[in-house]
Amino acid sequence: MAPLTLFEKIWKNHVVHEEKGKPSLLYVDLHLVHEVTSPQAFEGLRQAGRQVRRKDKTFATMDHNVPTIDRYNIKDPISLQQIETLSSNCKEFDIELFDLNSPYQGIVHVIGPEQGLTRPGQTIVCGDSHTSTHGAFGALAFGIGTSEVEHVLSTQCLWQNKPKTFEVRVDGKRQSGVTAKDIILSIIGEIGTAGATGYVIEYTGEAIRSLSMEQRMTICNMSIEGGARAGMISPDETTINYLKERPRIKNIENLEQLINEWRNLASDEGSEFDKKLILNADKMAPQVSWGTSPGMVSGIDSKIPNPNDIEDSVKRKSTEDALSYMGLKPDTCIEDIKIDTVFIGSCTNGRLEDLIAASKVIQGNKVPSNINAIVVPGSQIVKMKAEQLGIDKIFKDAGFDWRESGCSMCLAMNPDKLSPGERCASTSNRNFEGRQGKGGRTHLVSPVMAAAAAINGRFTDIRSLDLDLGDY
Amino acid sequence: MEKFKNVMSRPVPLNSAHVDTDQIIPKQFLKRIERTGFGQFLFFDWRFNDDGSPNEKFILNDLRFKNSEILLAQENFGCGSSREHAPWALRDYGFKVIISSSFADILYNNCFKNCILPLVLNEKDLEYLFESTLNFNDYMLNIDLEKNLLADNKGFKISFDIDSFRKKCLLEGLDDISLTLEHSEKIDMYEKKL
Repeated sequence: MAPLTLFEKIWKNHVVHEEKGKPSLLYVDLHLVHEVTSPQAFEGLRQAGRQVRRKDKTFATMDHNVPTIDRYNIKDPISLQQIETLSSNCKEFDIELFDLNSPYQGIVHVIGPEQGLTRPGQTIVCGDSHTSTHGAFGALAFGIGTSEVEHVLSTQCLWQNKPKTFEVRVDGKRQSGVTAKDIILSIIGEIGTAGATGYVIEYTGEAIRSLSMEQRMTICNMSIEGGARAGMISPDETTINYLKERPRIKNIENLEQLINEWRNLASDEGSEFDKKLILNADKMAPQVSWGTSPGMVSGIDSKIPNPNDIEDSVKRKSTEDALSYMGLKPDTCIEDIKIDTVFIGSCTNGRLEDLIAASKVIQGNKVPSNINAIVVPGSQIVKMKAEQLGIDKIFKDAGFDWRESGCSMCLAMNPDKLSPGERCASTSNRNFEGRQGKGGRTHLVSPVMAAAAAINGRFTDIRSLDLDLGDY
Repeated sequence: MEKFKNVMSRPVPLNSAHVDTDQIIPKQFLKRIERTGFGQFLFFDWRFNDDGSPNEKFILNDLRFKNSEILLAQENFGCGSSREHAPWALRDYGFKVIISSSFADILYNNCFKNCILPLVLNEKDLEYLFESTLNFNDYMLNIDLEKNLLADNKGFKISFDIDSFRKKCLLEGLDDISLTLEHSEKIDMYEKKL
């Protein structure tokens, strides 16, 4: 048999029906649902008199709209309606919901892995583009639209054209202070925001292997910012050690057998990818985005590009537009950019290791009074564990706001948002115009870079602080 | 679903690359629980000034392109969030065809579910359309999906590529779920193996 890539194996295992010249009908193992992209799908089911085919494979939570200060007091009546609609839909269709009263509530891509719903070899979908996160476990996970949400609810399947495969190999060893976020931002900077459109990425190489599960999730999470609907990393002992402690996994009867299957899930020797990129982590610097798309990034030790140096007219105009929106001058040193706000959180960087690492930078320091800094844990479990470790106290003592879990200022659907012109060091995933609030200016960075910016009021090379960040 | 018919219109030239779905429909409008009524919010932050008046510099507010049913955009149109509110807004506003040199995957898929034809042309042909619609006040483009033909009223005519299955679904207004339910037995069989 011809050698197959990890992606090809999962794809093959999930084809329910295929015909030449048509998309394939794929089976979905796990369907995650949230309040923003599901109401119209449930309404469609109701109108057609259809049921949810596999309630046991469908889980819901509320995260996008949720206030992070007083979560039970949702002042925006339309947000409240959306949240109540999810509750009533889950009740009507008998779907397990992690609601605001649940100790397990959180950002959908944080709680799936945390609870052990996410597993190697699965197909996972959610009406959210950052579903790619779950690929860190060796699953094929991708975002879908609301029509597709309705389709999966009613059939547990999805029509898909087979994507191509792209191996991104990251060799070498990171310097201390260069994190998973910097690796993925470097990759996107290299390939551009459409560089992987039509492909599923498999991340390989020493620098990827050495990452913890939470760091791998950061990498896979942002695959979509490079255009790939899915990114994946084959399971290994790191994956298995993480999974076997999960609440929904640890009591499975045939767990040993499952673990053996997971262990063997990898691209075969000699399997071929349609596209390949090799980078070296040794040379990577901490990254800071300066523009309005995640591919517009530079190392902390460099300058903002000058549009006059760009030959391609479309690219030049994009850069000019971005700098104008961001209120930045060409050739400015990144370290000279001052910030107003710091946001630590999101499905990219709102997990426990992210908060621990940021707290090491913060410890014993104060955030200047003109800077507004908030930490939003990715889930209530992350929040609880951080509090057990006393991390909340480190942040609060430094002048950070310590909040309840949710998507928060990553997309500003809840009350947490930037004002026009406000400049933010953000650990989230998108620096699009207005993403964090109309007129807001977002710079994407790692949690430790965000923490360093919070203390110094401007971007600072985390490497210069000479901190022991462990394996982070 | 509605059936896709021939489109004849002057295209709007939106000269931006990597237009993300946050621009197509900003997040404050994602809170509605309906599929309809999103057209008024399309490109909201670009289309309207802070006081709510139309931003006259934005191309959709240019009277030459009023009531257009075809949108031209530069590469990687629709990147970012998976929100189907983006095609809901585009369709509700009146766009039936979007032409670019490339599309982001999720938006591309979502278009077909909403009776919008996303057309990929090479950069040279796209550039020609951008220039022509700006240069000629009587400029019109005709999209004939059945024949895979794109033609203007200046003698330009090309054949475009489109997945034949997706084309059929658009032309016949086929509903995906009904198509899938024809394979119910196979889904049952697959589930028995689980």
